[in-house]
Amino acid sequence: MEYFLQQLINGVTLGSIYGLIAIGYTMVYGIIGMINFAHGDIFMVGSFIALMTIILLGITALTPAFILLAALLLVLVLTMVFTAVWGWTVERIAYRPLRGSFRLAPLITAIGMSIALQNFVQTSQGATNKPLQPLISGGIKVIEGIVSDRVFVVQLSYMQMIIIVTTLVLMAAFTALISKTSLGRSQRACEQDQKMAALLGVDVDRTISLTFVMGAALAAVAGLMFLLYYGVIDFYIGFLAGVKAFTAAVLGGIGSLPGAMLGGLLIGLIETFWSGYFSSEYKDVAAFSILVIVLIFMPSGLLGKPEVEKV
Amino acid sequence: MSSSSNINYMAAIKDAVIAGAISLALFGTMIGLKIEVSNQGLDILHRWDAVGIAVAIVVTGRFLMSVFVWQTQNPVTDKIAALIPDIKIDAGSEKYVKIAVVVFAFALPFILLSIFGARGSRQYVDLGILVLTYVMLGWGLNIVVGLAGLLDLGYVAFYAVGAYSYALLAAHFDLGFWICLPLAGILAGFWGVILGFPVLRLRGDYLAIVTLAFGEIIRVVLLNWYEFTGGPDGLSRIPRPTFFGLEFTRKEGFADFFGLDYSSIHRIIYMYLLILILALITNFVTMRLRKLPVGRAWEALREDEIACRSLGINTRNTKLSAFAIGATFGGFAGSFFATRQGFISPESFTFIESAVILAIVVLGGLGSQLGVVIASIVLIGGFEFFREFEEYRMLVFGLLMVLIMIWRPRGLISGRIPSVYLKEKKTVSADLVAEGEG
Repeated sequence: MEYFLQQLINGVTLGSIYGLIAIGYTMVYGIIGMINFAHGDIFMVGSFIALMTIILLGITALTPAFILLAALLLVLVLTMVFTAVWGWTVERIAYRPLRGSFRLAPLITAIGMSIALQNFVQTSQGATNKPLQPLISGGIKVIEGIVSDRVFVVQLSYMQMIIIVTTLVLMAAFTALISKTSLGRSQRACEQDQKMAALLGVDVDRTISLTFVMGAALAAVAGLMFLLYYGVIDFYIGFLAGVKAFTAAVLGGIGSLPGAMLGGLLIGLIETFWSGYFSSEYKDVAAFSILVIVLIFMPSGLLGKPEVEKV
Repeated sequence: MSSSSNINYMAAIKDAVIAGAISLALFGTMIGLKIEVSNQGLDILHRWDAVGIAVAIVVTGRFLMSVFVWQTQNPVTDKIAALIPDIKIDAGSEKYVKIAVVVFAFALPFILLSIFGARGSRQYVDLGILVLTYVMLGWGLNIVVGLAGLLDLGYVAFYAVGAYSYALLAAHFDLGFWICLPLAGILAGFWGVILGFPVLRLRGDYLAIVTLAFGEIIRVVLLNWYEFTGGPDGLSRIPRPTFFGLEFTRKEGFADFFGLDYSSIHRIIYMYLLILILALITNFVTMRLRKLPVGRAWEALREDEIACRSLGINTRNTKLSAFAIGATFGGFAGSFFATRQGFISPESFTFIESAVILAIVVLGGLGSQLGVVIASIVLIGGFEFFREFEEYRMLVFGLLMVLIMIWRPRGLISGRIPSVYLKEKKTVSADLVAEGEG
């Protein structure tokens, strides 16, 4: 039981990171109907920028807790800003010229952009792993007890708390942004009908750009969390995380924000439980198999709207 | 010149400055600050000179582009584009172009041999083999993506199945290449049906992501099933193909039988001709299938699935046959790959491989057989050409994919010759053809 609870906590943490990346996929898919293959690599760029700012600000584990939190908040903001510029640029270079072109063209440029970003980071930052000493250690014991002469502890580390809380706050903020602000309104309008939205005075290009900026900023947060949680990054982390996050987005029903979060949580939980109870080698197989099974029985995902086909 | 008066230099400068500011934000972090890992921990290496160069390139490039391309009436790019012959092949001359290409392909290794000699020509023939392998894979995938309109991102799975089938059959049952080749093809086709069956209901991007997932699952299984596949170590000592039972060895092999001096180039040229013939078989079968009911059904499926179903076409069988036949050719190419390399490991079958094959098909122009050839030569040949710039070539490869796609979104050969026509065969511009929904 305690093992189960511990895995549950770990799974929710991993799921939050996937969920944050998945939102970027789902928003972009919702608005222009394409898989932004480079999004996983934007996440990777985000984790690199986060590491740079951490080193530049001189944050170490010895920094007093209060200053540490404030500094990490600054890192978060800087990472979001600089990564967002990357997200914006990718859209501007690779996707905007192909708007209204046939469906496979942006997919190919997205794959090209993903290859280019990975190799750009590899050449500019080197291929070696970049390890970071844990900055935040310790945690609280959720349950502590003795079962048949064996002490067991279920621990929720401070890092996991930070990840889960940040994700919840950002989710709330973005849901409000989409449902309450005028930007969110124009986004939803573009999602439904771009031509009509343009006729009614919505700047479609600007809205799409801002969608990419928002997606990239969230991926940057995920990058920072990934860096702090796992303590090691390299130029290749974007691919697998990106594929998993896309899986999460599809699982939850692509185009739906709560769906992306739910999908992320499910993928994180499946992966953690699978490696906890069966074998860690086949955890990716487990995640992908669930995706296949869900899509076969619910082709539009868990919370997605079924597509209506008209002749 | 009247056009020069229209150029608004202030706007161009402003635009260039904005581009410079953005590139400063981009490169200032990723190029300017290099994370150094040392024993003392992490450190930052500042490289502002490199950032300066990168930003300067962007600013001048942007300025020149706005002055000479975006703002003038006769942009420089049009003049450059005029230098490149417009690849638009009409139905009549296409036949002759094809024959010429095939004859040239057969003659190529011998031409190279006479120019560079046995030692010097080896690398070029090797490159030819590589390009032809991708041509064959591209043609195989063209059946699934180009004809049937099913977006498959996991094609490399069948390539892997073919390669491992041959390697394992040869290792455990001591079978030769020529027996294993059809077996590997059949096994890959069988996997095509197995993996195709669950995805029958899916369309478009959902189909893409599930095929991607299948490709990854097969790779992960190959990587972790140590007892069977050798795991990350892969399988080695895969036997080479024979020429009607003659091996390419120093003693009592091909060279002795024909009274030639032994040279390793014989085997290379034999490999080249082998993959060329395999690729041509792929092409021939595809072109014939296009004329059969099943091929017509594929193309109908690509254009409109609902209309297809209303007209009584069995979409399930149509999709499965496309998957199976595409996979079979992938399997052939895979077993050729195994015999050429003599060593295979899961590292050769990553997603990037699927992406490259798909890029070849799309860049060449969906459904165009000649386009696949041109795209393979441009991408794979160009890729090998930049071997000296090892670090940068994948970066350039990625950017090239983006640039070609923006330049010609419909692919290099965008004309489409209809399979069914009334009286006269006309090339239809691809822009007029409704897009194929997967």
